[in-house]
Amino acid sequence: MNGIIDVVEKAYLKQNPPKFNVGDQVKVHMRIVEGTKERIQVIEGIVIRKRGTGTRETFTVRKMSHGTGIERIFPLHSPRVEKVEVIRKHKIRRAKLYYLRDLRGKAARLTEKH
Amino acid sequence: MIGLLGRKVGMTQVFDESGNCIPVTVLAMGECRTVQVKTKEKDGYDAIQLGFDDVTKKDKKKVTKARMGHFKKADLKPMKQLREFRMDDVSDFNPGKKITVEIFEDGEKVQVSATSKGRGFAGVFKRYNFGGQSATRGSHEVFRHGGSIGNHTEPARVVKGRKMPGHMGNKRISQISQKVYKVMKDKNLLLVVGGVPGPNGGVVEVAKSRRHSSGKKQNA
Repeated sequence: MNGIIDVVEKAYLKQNPPKFNVGDQVKVHMRIVEGTKERIQVIEGIVIRKRGTGTRETFTVRKMSHGTGIERIFPLHSPRVEKVEVIRKHKIRRAKLYYLRDLRGKAARLTEKH
Repeated sequence: MIGLLGRKVGMTQVFDESGNCIPVTVLAMGECRTVQVKTKEKDGYDAIQLGFDDVTKKDKKKVTKARMGHFKKADLKPMKQLREFRMDDVSDFNPGKKITVEIFEDGEKVQVSATSKGRGFAGVFKRYNFGGQSATRGSHEVFRHGGSIGNHTEPARVVKGRKMPGHMGNKRISQISQKVYKVMKDKNLLLVVGGVPGPNGGVVEVAKSRRHSSGKKQNA
């Protein structure tokens, strides 16, 4: 029985899944279909979590929008996630950056990784 | 309706053409063999009996002589699971005939039956989704109780069918119209939309649904 799920999922995985890490400032290009029209929406923010494996792998992008924190969860292998651009990499010491939720403004900055 | 036996592998999710995420259960269907064909003249009803899962060498001595003879009649090796499927017409079937996942098509409605996971002696919260009593406002010792079970002198008894605590699960559950998302013929796998009763590794029966997608019976 082991491995059968992997075999099933293989057909639905992206050939070259976007490469980025937790803590990266990213631009996520989403394909959005409105009626018959299709457009690309870009969401920019910091990746605060990656979880799951196979087709169930997801990542969460956090951004500040008009003073309110917005978090959006994307399935990594979803065809609607067109591409993920890495803008800036940051030095982080956690796998999950939930602590950013409690911080505002200057305190919520991360140091850049070169 | 013709059906097939298999085992539940587990759940995952896949993406359709428009990018929707669909929860599916993966079923590893067996290459089932017709062990016996029952006919109206001989047995009073038309049905086929399917065998699934060959008995391993280790379990060979567990097969009774009577059962061994039953398989021998169809010229087959003994199998662990035997199930009957009622049919309208059995003329296409003969003992020993192989039935695989090819009988199903993508997008078809099927009936999935299996034994649900046993929950033991369960209270009314878990068993019937009761709400229980207030946690505060002075209540004590009664939080998860079912409440009143009836009246006093009239009718002076508890009405039959009253929902009360008791054994939950470990019984046969049939889901009458589940959609087949995909048939993977080369690997004998079936992807069914949504959940399926029972634990991973449990035996499931998948039969062609007797219902249209509208919910009406196809041939009553």
